[in-house]
Amino acid sequence: MSTLTLAKALNEGMRKAMEDDPKVLVMGEDVGKLGGVFRVTDGLQKDFGEQRVIDTPLAESGIIGTAIGLALRGYRPVCEIQFDGFVFPAADQIITQLAKMPLRSLGKLKLPVVVRIPCGGGIGAVEHHSESPEAYFTHTAGLRVVACSNPSDAYEMIQQAIRCDDPVIFFEPKRRYWEKAEVDVSASADSAWLPLDQGKVVRPGADVTLLAYGPMVKTCLEAAKAAEDDGRSLEVVDLRSLNPLDVGLVVESVRKTGRCVVVHEAPVFNGFGAELAARITEECFYNLEAPVLRVGGPSTPYPPSRLEDHYLPDLDRVLHAVDRVFAF
Amino acid sequence: MTADASRGAEAPPEFVQLLTPEGERVEHPDYDIDLTPEEIRGLYRDLVLVRRIDLEAVALQRQGELGIWASLLGQEAAQIGSGRALTEADMAFPTYREHGVAWCRGVDPVNLLGLFRGVNHGGWDPAEHNFHLYTIVIGSQNLHAVGYAMGIQRDSAEAATIVYFGDGATSQGDVNESFIWASVFNAPVVFFCQNNQWAISEPLEKQSRIPLYRRASGFGFPGVRVDGNDVFACLAVTRKALADARSGQGPMFIEAFTYRMGAHTTSDDPTRYRVAAELEAWKLKDPIERVRSYMFKNQIADQEFFDAIDAEADELGRDVRKRCLALPDPEPLAIFDHVYAEPHRLMDEERAQFAAYLEGFEG
Ligand SMILES: Cc1ncc(C[n+]2csc(CCOP(=O)(O)OP(=O)(O)O)c2C)c(N)n1
Repeated sequence: MSTLTLAKALNEGMRKAMEDDPKVLVMGEDVGKLGGVFRVTDGLQKDFGEQRVIDTPLAESGIIGTAIGLALRGYRPVCEIQFDGFVFPAADQIITQLAKMPLRSLGKLKLPVVVRIPCGGGIGAVEHHSESPEAYFTHTAGLRVVACSNPSDAYEMIQQAIRCDDPVIFFEPKRRYWEKAEVDVSASADSAWLPLDQGKVVRPGADVTLLAYGPMVKTCLEAAKAAEDDGRSLEVVDLRSLNPLDVGLVVESVRKTGRCVVVHEAPVFNGFGAELAARITEECFYNLEAPVLRVGGPSTPYPPSRLEDHYLPDLDRVLHAVDRVFAF
Repeated sequence: MTADASRGAEAPPEFVQLLTPEGERVEHPDYDIDLTPEEIRGLYRDLVLVRRIDLEAVALQRQGELGIWASLLGQEAAQIGSGRALTEADMAFPTYREHGVAWCRGVDPVNLLGLFRGVNHGGWDPAEHNFHLYTIVIGSQNLHAVGYAMGIQRDSAEAATIVYFGDGATSQGDVNESFIWASVFNAPVVFFCQNNQWAISEPLEKQSRIPLYRRASGFGFPGVRVDGNDVFACLAVTRKALADARSGQGPMFIEAFTYRMGAHTTSDDPTRYRVAAELEAWKLKDPIERVRSYMFKNQIADQEFFDAIDAEADELGRDVRKRCLALPDPEPLAIFDHVYAEPHRLMDEERAQFAAYLEGFEG
């Protein structure tokens, strides 16, 4: 066991993957000497060389497009997109090529490409540095979309993503990069690890299910703790995988509690929570005591950072929604 | 220079040519080539057969058997010349019009038809032929080719990639990014641009104010313009570019100066945007006729040979047609196949629901 920040856990996970498989490459802007703007790739170039840790030109479409070519040649590229708001120049390569090429070849081609995206707000950044673009990618068949929320998962999930033969969009909650927890770095991807496509109940409860992923898991855990004082038992589910969604886990939890609040940073309108609410309505209609409520950003662009505390769901907004599901 | 003159009968000055439209062999200081009569007969055969496949496909589209077809008519020399320059280990990344290159790589033409018929989105095994899937999004494949070339570098393999794209594609960000990548990583990639003068209805002047091959120098690697209707020149120039790339000399840009004789696709109506005189001028530069006349003049082949090739083309046309018509529609549940390489519960769930729904109609 080691105590690691989430950023360091990702770093260790990538290091492990690179040691295990010489085909694993890391590529992106500033990932080499600098170790990435969040230092997630710190030291990798020093240890694995410039052929495996590639500082690329400053062009996102180029990063994903050449990663596809490298994957076609048998490599397993792990691409870093520097910030969430800069994934859009690469959206074409991700959506029209990365997601669809295996299908186009009737399964003859595999594209084991990981696209790491530091996502979400809460760090006082300027425009385009605090976005939550997950819905764009969960809407695209052919991609897997996952979000880690803590160091231990980060360590395991990044290795599983790299080992996966499908393209994986890998969201990292940037405001949790510096939070520490125990990580079992001695274990290698053994069968004890939770599969990449499964969610996890991170806090059991009886009255309401809180569904969250990435940065909002911690917020929901705090809300659940606070709600305890009011005598309410909240169950927190960390979805971890958004595509495929662990529907079984969600349904099981909501059937048990009868109430559900979805929490994410992205705007609520047409966000990932809409999918969750619709699924739950289909599967749990007769178990529901109240409609599924969603807590998220307003349907506005991410605001200037002085306003981001209002924009981002916090403990109070989560608890407010919990109050509302009890009021039905 | 008027728009028409740039596309018309005047050959541009900077231009590698080894065989004139009249079928005269000319020399070039940098790009000469020695071809045996056997090789020349082989190239001629390729040209005729791919034209025949193309004509058959156009006819099939007209009869409603294909949804659409992108004809290569007029571009046979560029494709056969460059395609025959490839070694087995080289990897080709095409657009949607590279039927001639596909032929050189041994892809069954019926596989190409399958895509345009709507049976699948490609379906051949790129690794089997070292011929990547057709790419519809303009310019995307350029980056794949460069990435693949970077993989070749890492493998220290004796190979290069070649990527095909059009004059319109040179305006795309991805194409320009691919030039940057190739240049700074010195990747073994040959950029083969078929300048067929048009991007659907938009003439070259809407894409560039300078000759396309000169773009390369701004990115730090050489560019050359070749007579795209001259199969010898296309072969010679591409062969050299690939050899240079394989030996670590980095990327090369080839602009094959050619002409799209037909419509952009079978859905297009070129009479709306181009004048008949332009087409007439280019007909005189036909890539097949000049080889035929060269062969006749130099007794590389006799009438019997040409008749035999024509008969082979007819037979190929019939065969392609027959097998195209026999292509079955895929099973409805095939929609869910191959979306993911590993098991994916959403796919499994939706497949099962769809299957159950379809079963409801049975019995
Ligand atoms: C990104 C993108 N934009 C638009 C189109 C629609 N489109 C298909 S072919 C074409 C023209 C391409 O011209 P060019 O690159 O010169 O190639 P050509 O077909 O002439 O060989 C266009 C605009 C497309 N396929 N992809």
